Amino acid sequence: MPEQERKQVQRKGGGDGEAGDAGEVSATSKAAELKEEMDEILEEIDSVLEENAEEFVKSYVQKGGE
Amino acid sequence: MAIPKVLGTETEYGIAAAGVPDFNPVLSSSLLISTFAGSLRRIRWDYEQESPLRDARGFEPIPSREVSDEDLGLANVILPNGARYYVDHAHPEYSTPECLTPRALVIHDKAGERILERSLAEVATQMPDSPRLLIYKNNSDGKGNSYGTHENYLVDRQTAFADIVRDLTPFFVTRQVFCGAGKLGSEAPWDDRNRQIYQLTQRADFFETEVGLETTLKRPIINTRDEPHADPEKYRRLHVIIGDANMCEVAQFLKVGTTAIVLKMIEDRFLPDLSLEAPVRSLHEISRDLTCTIEVPLADGRHLTAVQLQWEYFEHAKKYVEREDDSRENREVLDRWEGVLAALETEPLTLHRELDWVAKFRLLEAYRERGGLDRADPRLRAIDLQYHDVRREKGLYYRLEGSGKVERLVAEDDILRAVMDPPEDTRAYFRGRCIGKFPDAIAAASWDSMIVDTGVEALQRIPMREPLRGTRVHVEDLLATAHDAAALVNALQN
Repeated sequence: MPEQERKQVQRKGGGDGEAGDAGEVSATSKAAELKEEMDEILEEIDSVLEENAEEFVKSYVQKGGE
Repeated sequence: MAIPKVLGTETEYGIAAAGVPDFNPVLSSSLLISTFAGSLRRIRWDYEQESPLRDARGFEPIPSREVSDEDLGLANVILPNGARYYVDHAHPEYSTPECLTPRALVIHDKAGERILERSLAEVATQMPDSPRLLIYKNNSDGKGNSYGTHENYLVDRQTAFADIVRDLTPFFVTRQVFCGAGKLGSEAPWDDRNRQIYQLTQRADFFETEVGLETTLKRPIINTRDEPHADPEKYRRLHVIIGDANMCEVAQFLKVGTTAIVLKMIEDRFLPDLSLEAPVRSLHEISRDLTCTIEVPLADGRHLTAVQLQWEYFEHAKKYVEREDDSRENREVLDRWEGVLAALETEPLTLHRELDWVAKFRLLEAYRERGGLDRADPRLRAIDLQYHDVRREKGLYYRLEGSGKVERLVAEDDILRAVMDPPEDTRAYFRGRCIGKFPDAIAAASWDSMIVDTGVEALQRIPMREPLRGTRVHVEDLLATAHDAAALVNALQN
């Protein structure tokens, strides 16, 4: 799958007009696909964050490294 | 002729305790490590061969060594996989055993994550009343404090350090386009857009100079620590402090794989001069450009983007590998490198399956858009941090991985094996197997020696100054026939 994506990208970079048009169409449908794909993980995010995420991030201080 | 690139990483992990902001990170780190290490706890790390203040440019060591963490009784152990797991300042740190290929390094670096994850589970089980500890594999707390992920590469001592500085600096300034781990905000004192930007790297903000010995302030792009942990007449260990901690296996593979090839080209004087006019400024600018199109000035007057500069390294590497260093693994590094550069040149955001900075950015943007959130919303900070949580059921990187949204390069079985077993093709094999087989007889160990207590005579030091000796081929039979540590020492002496 990533191989395919990459080849698509390379073709587009090649400046071939026809491939560019096709690339745009697939980019739109791909965007929808990506959004759908992301939805399920976005649903989960709030459940994996620490309680009081804002406070927790504020208190996350790391001193002394390296 | 370039020498084999023995590789290793050292990762300082961020540590927190849920609901206890004033917890003690030093003692908590020690607790994690000692709980994991159990009976191995009492094998001492041997500092005698260490000289972290020696400078590659030939300067004398400056101040004397401070009281070490070891003196304070903090955990510091060697594991049967040949790794070192210890408290470094206020963090748990995991140093992989010496590896010979980028793929092996990916496996052993991931094994470190599993060890931290298991340590958390062990503490939770054994001490249910203690605060719940949390571990993050990142490099910044978002408040101006950074902790390191260092890489180490074995380099020929004959290579002039000035050559390394000249040829490696432009590479390090630009490799962040594929190995940056991404960060919300800026922590650089000169950039007050803290709440508005996203950067390619966790670390760029903390680098202020081109070359130097420091690792905690005025950090340099090229670190000069000269502590080979091997025969100092023959070898240098290049100590790289500029990288980010990677979660993505592809990014990690590329980071060490490309750097190893570049170092070989430097040893063989294969590269043209690609010096940058202003490396530190370029580092900061590239980190702040998600389109990867900003041009930076070279000393020769040209202006190139980070990706174009990487193409220059790539084209030379391709010729070099064909002529001098052809191997399946190197070809894999080249293929990946080429594919990633091509995508970065056209649509960087398509690399969300391969690169940390893209995977995390995509997650942040999707969450922000869905909730109609402001860029400064603190929940986005929490997501940035949670991406790096080492727990596979909670970390957001691992949520992406679990649902097939990032690409894996290595098998989980290989990672789990590497929690216990050393690489077979470096001296880590000998170290790890000795620890595994004679835990009671190993009085102390370091990267380049082990001190054995045979119970009869004085302690015996076994030197291990050649990183490629002590491999499985060299010592498997010896270890199999030695029924105790005394027999092992005898066999080695004969």
